[in-house]
Amino acid sequence: MPEPVVTHQNSRETLSFYVAGFVLLVLLPVLNVLPNEDSWLYLSDFRLNQFGKFLCFAILALGLDLIWGYCGVLSMGQGVFFGFGAYCMGMYLALQIGKESVYGSELPDFMVWTQVKELPFFWYPFKSFAGALLGAILVPVLFATIFGLLAFRSRIKGVYFAIITQALAFAAWLVFNRNETRLGGTNGLTDFKQLLGYRLSDPSTQRWLYIMTVLALGAAYLFCRWIVASRAGKVLIAIRDSESRVTFSGYTPWMFKLFVFVVAAGLAGLSGMLYVPQVGIITPAQIGVLPSLEVVIWVAVGGRGTLIGAILGAVAVNYGRSVLTNYFPEAWPFILGGLFVIVVTMFPDGLLGMIRKLTERKKTPAPLIKAEGSTAA
Amino acid sequence: MIGLDRISKYVVALVLSVILPIGFLSTSTLAADAVPSATSGSASPVNPIEQALIDIKNEDAAVRSAAAALLIEKGDASLLPKLDEIRAEADRATRQAIKPVIDLLKNHANLTSEQADTRRSAAADLVGTGRPEATTWLEEAAAKEQVWWVKYTMEESAQLIRLRSEDHAVKLLAIKKLGELRSQNGLSALKELLEAGTQSGATEQQRALADSAQTSIGQIDSWSWWAGAVETLFRGISLSSILLIMSLGLAIVFGLMGVINMAHGELMMVGAYATFVTQQAFIAWFSPESFDWYFPVALPVAFLSAALFGLVLEATVIRFLYGRLLETLLATWGVSLILMQAARVYFGDLTAVIAPQALRGGVQVMVGVYLPFNRIFIIILSIICVLGIYFLLFRSNLGVRVRAVTQNRSMSACLGIPTRKVDSYTFAFASGLAGIAGWALTMVGNVDPGLGQNYIVDAFMVVVTGGVGKLAGTIWASLGIGGLNKLIEPVSGAVYGKVFILVGVILFLQWRPQGLFAAKGRNADA
Repeated sequence: MPEPVVTHQNSRETLSFYVAGFVLLVLLPVLNVLPNEDSWLYLSDFRLNQFGKFLCFAILALGLDLIWGYCGVLSMGQGVFFGFGAYCMGMYLALQIGKESVYGSELPDFMVWTQVKELPFFWYPFKSFAGALLGAILVPVLFATIFGLLAFRSRIKGVYFAIITQALAFAAWLVFNRNETRLGGTNGLTDFKQLLGYRLSDPSTQRWLYIMTVLALGAAYLFCRWIVASRAGKVLIAIRDSESRVTFSGYTPWMFKLFVFVVAAGLAGLSGMLYVPQVGIITPAQIGVLPSLEVVIWVAVGGRGTLIGAILGAVAVNYGRSVLTNYFPEAWPFILGGLFVIVVTMFPDGLLGMIRKLTERKKTPAPLIKAEGSTAA
Repeated sequence: MIGLDRISKYVVALVLSVILPIGFLSTSTLAADAVPSATSGSASPVNPIEQALIDIKNEDAAVRSAAAALLIEKGDASLLPKLDEIRAEADRATRQAIKPVIDLLKNHANLTSEQADTRRSAAADLVGTGRPEATTWLEEAAAKEQVWWVKYTMEESAQLIRLRSEDHAVKLLAIKKLGELRSQNGLSALKELLEAGTQSGATEQQRALADSAQTSIGQIDSWSWWAGAVETLFRGISLSSILLIMSLGLAIVFGLMGVINMAHGELMMVGAYATFVTQQAFIAWFSPESFDWYFPVALPVAFLSAALFGLVLEATVIRFLYGRLLETLLATWGVSLILMQAARVYFGDLTAVIAPQALRGGVQVMVGVYLPFNRIFIIILSIICVLGIYFLLFRSNLGVRVRAVTQNRSMSACLGIPTRKVDSYTFAFASGLAGIAGWALTMVGNVDPGLGQNYIVDAFMVVVTGGVGKLAGTIWASLGIGGLNKLIEPVSGAVYGKVFILVGVILFLQWRPQGLFAAKGRNADA
C-alpha cells in the first residue's frame, strides 16, 4: 500500500472543521428556511434531505476509512452493519405507523399480507425509541464482535478477510430477502408516518433530522480523529504497514483490528439509523454486495487514510451519482466501474491526495531533476 | 408440459367412455388376441379398414366407436397420414373419436422406433390411453427391448394399465409387480387403493388390495430414498464441477501473481456470450442440418475471446497493480461492473443457447434416477480441465516456469525466466479457462449478464478454503462446498444452505487459517 501523504497541518484541519461545521449546520438550514422559494439562494427541502442522506453515507465511509485506510483491513461487508442499524430504526418506525397502515392493523402491512398474526418476539424491543437507538448501535457492534473475533483471532487477513466479508454481505442479502425472517422480504420496510410524534412528511422534521445527522457526523469525525491520533491509532497504521513487525514488537494485532472493526460497525449502524427516517425506506437491495463495495469506492475516491477524504468521497460520489443517473441512467455502472479502475490504478491517494499534491507543488520549488532538458520518463 | 398432455388424454378417454357403449370394451379385449397379426399390417384385409375410415366420420356415435375399435384392432402406423387428414377436416365428434385411435397407433408404432427415448416416451404415453390391448403391445415390445430402462418403462406401463383392470386377480398381481419394479409412477394410484381399502365401508376385496398396496408402497418408498440420495450426490458433484472449472483459473492466477480477479465471473460471461454469438452466426449463415456443429466450434471461440479479454485486462489494468492484492480486487471489480453493464446494454437481459441434439435428454442409471446429459457433460469437462491443467503445470516447459515464478519471483527473474511474459500468458490462459466454463454453462441455464455473479461468491469461497494456488486444495474444496450446498439445500432451502456454508467456511478457517493446503516456507506470510 502506498504511503499516504501525512502532513501535520492540525491548525488548518481544525479551521476547515469549523468552517465545514458552520456551512453544514447553520448555513444550509438557514438557506432552506429564510430565502424566498424563487430566490437563487434558496435550498429546496428535497436538496437538503438529499444532502442529509449523503452525510449519513459519510458516517458509513468514516467507519470504513478507519478500518481500511488506517488499519489496512478491507471489509466488503459494511453494508450489512449499515443494514442492521437501518432495519432496527425501520422496525421502530414501522411499529409507529400503528392504525394508519393500509389495513388498519397494529401490525406492519407486510405482516398482514404474509399472514403473521402476532408480532414476532424480536420486534418487541423496537416498540420504544430508546430500544431502537440502542439496537441500531448494539446489534451491529455485537455481530461485528463475534464475526471479528472468529476472523481476526484465527488470523484471517488481507484478501481472505475481504472475500469472507463479501460472502457475509451476500448471505445477509439473501436472508433479508426471505419473507420468513419477518423483515418485509424484498419490499423491505417503508411507508413510515411519524417519529416521536413528529410527522416525517413535515419539512421541519426533516430539517431537524438533517441537523442531527450533521451533529452525528461531527461527533463521529472527532471520535475517529481521537482514535487515529492516539497511541492505538499509531499501532493501527503500523499494522497496515507491516503486521508481522507489529507482532514481533510485542503487540497483538488482532485485538486492535477487532476494536477498529467493531467501531466501524457501530458507525455503520449509526449511519443506517439516521438514513432510514430521512429516506423513508430500507430494502435488502441497500445491504448487498454492491452497496457494500460502493462504500469502498467512496473512500478510495476521497482518499483513504484521511478522515476528511472519506467524508469528501462519500458526498462527491453520491452527488455525482444523483446528477448523472438523472441524465444517463444506463451509464452509471460504467462510471462506477471506471471510477474503481481509474482511482485504484492512477490515483491511489484519491481526491485529497491530488489536492495536496497540487498545493504542495506550489509551495516547494520544482525538483531539479524535472528541470528543462531532462524530459525522459 | 408432459403432464398437461396426459391430462388432455385422460379427458378424451373419459369423454370417450361416456359416449361409447360398454360393448366396445369387450370387443377390444377380444382383439388383444388378434394383435400379432395386426402388427404385421400388410396381411390384414383392405376393405374393412377402408370401410372403417369412412364409418368414423359417421353421424351415429355407435358406428363411429365401432369403426374406431376396428381401426385400433387392425390398423397400423401406415394409416396415420390418412387419419390426420380426416381429423383436419372433421367435426368435433369425429375428432374426439379419432384422437385415441391416432394416439394408440402412433405410440404403438413408436414402440419399435430407432430412438430409445422415443420408445420410452411412447411406452409412458400408452398408460394415459388406459387401453387393455396396449398391455400386450407393451409386453411384446419389452421382450424384444435391448435398453434396460426403456424395457423397464414398458413393463411398468403395462402394469399400470393392468392396475385399472376390473379383474381382482389381475389387479392384485399388478400391485405386486409394481412394488417389485419400485415404480415411482404407480405410487399415487397405489396410495389411492390404500385409502379406498382402509375406509370403513371397504369390501373384502378392497382390503386385500390395500394390504398388498401397502407392502408395495413400502418397497417403493425405501427405494426412492436411495434414489434421492444418489440424485443429491449427482447434483452435488455437478455443482462442484462448475465451481471447480471456475475456481481453477482463479486459484492459478491468485497463486502465481497474487491477483484476485473479481472479473473472472464476467470472463465466464464473455465465454457464454461468445457461444451465443456463434450460435446466431450458424443460424444466419449455415444450413439447419449443420446447426449442431455450432457447439464444438464455439469452444475455441469462447476460449479465445475470453483469453483475449484477459490479455487486454492484464495489459491495461492488472500489471500496474502487482503485489497490491486488495487493489487488484477493487480494480477488477470495477472491470466486472463495466463488462456486466456492457452485456446488458448490448445483448439485453434474456438470451438462451439451444443445446445440441447430443446433449439433450438424459440417461436413466437406476430406477428413479435420471441423469441429464448436460450435467454429465459438465462433470466430464471439469475432469478434462483438471487433467489438462495438471499436464500443463507439471509436465510442460511453461508449467515449470509458472511454478518457479509462483515460488520465488525474483529468483526466477535472476535465472532468466521472463516473468512478465509468464504472467500475461498465464492470466490469458486462466481467462480462457473461464471462457470454457461459460461455454459449458450455456448448457444448464440462460445466458444473462448476471451469469458470473451467480457463482463467483461460491468460487471465491472455494479458493479461500482450498488454500492459495493449490490445485489439490481447489479440487477438494470445490467438491466439499458444492456437495455441502446440495446436501443442505433439500433440508433448509437454498438460502440457508448458503448461510451454513459461510459459517462452515469461517469455522473451518479457525482450524486452518491458510486453507486446506497452506503455502509453507518463507513466502507463507507474504
